[in-house]
Amino acid sequence: MRVLLIEDEPNIIEAINFILSREGYDVVTHANGHDAMDAVRDRAPNMIILDVMLPGRSGFEILEDIRADQAFAQTPVLMLTARGQTRDRELAEKLGVSKFMTKPFANSEVLETVRTLTANV
Amino acid sequence: MKDRSVGSRIRERRIALKMRQADLASSVGISASYLNLIEHDKRRIGGKLVVDIAGVLGVESTLLSEGAEAALISALREAANVVTDADPELERIDEFAARFPGWANIIRSQYQLGLKLERTVETLSDRLAHDPELAAAMHEVLSMVTAVHATAGILHENRELEPEWRARFHRNLSEDSQRLADSSQLLVNYLDGAKEAETRLASPRDELHSFLGEAGYFFPGIEDGADVETVLAQSRLLRSKGAQFLARELLTDYATNARAMPLHEFQGAHRDTSGDVAALADRFDVSLAAVMRRMAFLPKSVLEQDYGLVKCDMAGTMIYRKEIRGFSLPRYSSACPRWPLFHALQRPGQPLVEVVEFAAREMEQFKCFAVSELQGRPQFGKETTFTATMLITPNSERLPPEGQVGAACRICSVENCSARREPSILVDGI
Repeated sequence: MRVLLIEDEPNIIEAINFILSREGYDVVTHANGHDAMDAVRDRAPNMIILDVMLPGRSGFEILEDIRADQAFAQTPVLMLTARGQTRDRELAEKLGVSKFMTKPFANSEVLETVRTLTANV
Repeated sequence: MKDRSVGSRIRERRIALKMRQADLASSVGISASYLNLIEHDKRRIGGKLVVDIAGVLGVESTLLSEGAEAALISALREAANVVTDADPELERIDEFAARFPGWANIIRSQYQLGLKLERTVETLSDRLAHDPELAAAMHEVLSMVTAVHATAGILHENRELEPEWRARFHRNLSEDSQRLADSSQLLVNYLDGAKEAETRLASPRDELHSFLGEAGYFFPGIEDGADVETVLAQSRLLRSKGAQFLARELLTDYATNARAMPLHEFQGAHRDTSGDVAALADRFDVSLAAVMRRMAFLPKSVLEQDYGLVKCDMAGTMIYRKEIRGFSLPRYSSACPRWPLFHALQRPGQPLVEVVEFAAREMEQFKCFAVSELQGRPQFGKETTFTATMLITPNSERLPPEGQVGAACRICSVENCSARREPSILVDGI
């Protein structure tokens, strides 16, 4: 089960990578928004974990592109963000996010969400 | 309760504040002699002037115009209107203020404190919603809290963690907690509303790069002969003295280069020589490093070519940088020791040109020109220091690369690298 993690903080990448890899997930990472869609197409993940504030492009723009691409329109996307405002959550939901989670998160919460979102993939 | 005239209340309050008659008069736009007449009840006062004087004296205008008791009763009425379910005995409010002035004053103070706190909350909410600088600072704090929380969770939940992983996560924890401490302090300073520029949310180098980024590294004013100080004074992004120092040094060099290599002449020469650094240095009789900086700072619309640039000191600290697509320049961590930039530091004065392959997803190639130059004037009896400058250009000639480089070890995928300082999260996996 391949999970693409799009996040720009190295130590958050490392922590999530560790948590998921120990559970058997194949985690691939990408650290900027510029060419995140290229990474999505290249890696063809079963699930995507997406930060909102990324260098180059925002997670919202990337989510919009993901949903516009027929190949990834149904791919589960977990959005992690430090911006927990209602309007951000509403925007993410409007764009088709599968789950919206605010930072800081509990490791168990991320793992449980990934398990749930990949259960039927 | 003894009541006094408006004039005597103004005079009493002014003296309590140790304010001169002339200063108060000047603040509200009247003469000191006119204020003197008011204070001695020789002139009537009302309307806007009472409000203005009350504002300068820091009191409610009703306190001056109607007396302490009237102001107190007015505040009590306002407080009573706010708490709708308390059912206060409004018909006995005068009696309450007269019999229990101490308690009445406490109610007024708490009511006014509530109003002040409401205004503070509104102001902070507005700043949180609309201030991009504050939003970025909050994002930094929350990101660091997230990293610390996740890493601490891993260490706590995995008691049998292998020693190398334990050491790695401890190091991450240390780094992130330091960043968290720094960003929290800056945030507190900002929320305190301190005016001092040093309480900014970014480091001086971050401010410098915001300034350069906004200008696109190009300063038409200086090209036209404007003074460096004028350009600095116009910037709203250079808040700290540190950033102004860095920008002054950079712009002074920019201005020197603009004079030595005038824009249109340089544009033509660049076209004629196809961007040959050495030929341009000969043509304008300037140093190679000066040509590199001139090339990097002129926009693509002028030179029809994008250039990246890095300048560092002998400690390897990046003094400033200009990014080029495909060649990532780390913002916080140390750079790749295999960059030709650092080779140039080992061979002072020797120009180097190397084609390198940048270890990233697209594995693009770049031709890098690097040279070190003296920092300041050499002096007898003092160790000489150098800076190194590296110009980064796309490798249009498709020469075979001499080696692979990366941005920084942690995010570099080059395997078996003898210069590696720390494991890569891309290569080693988990």
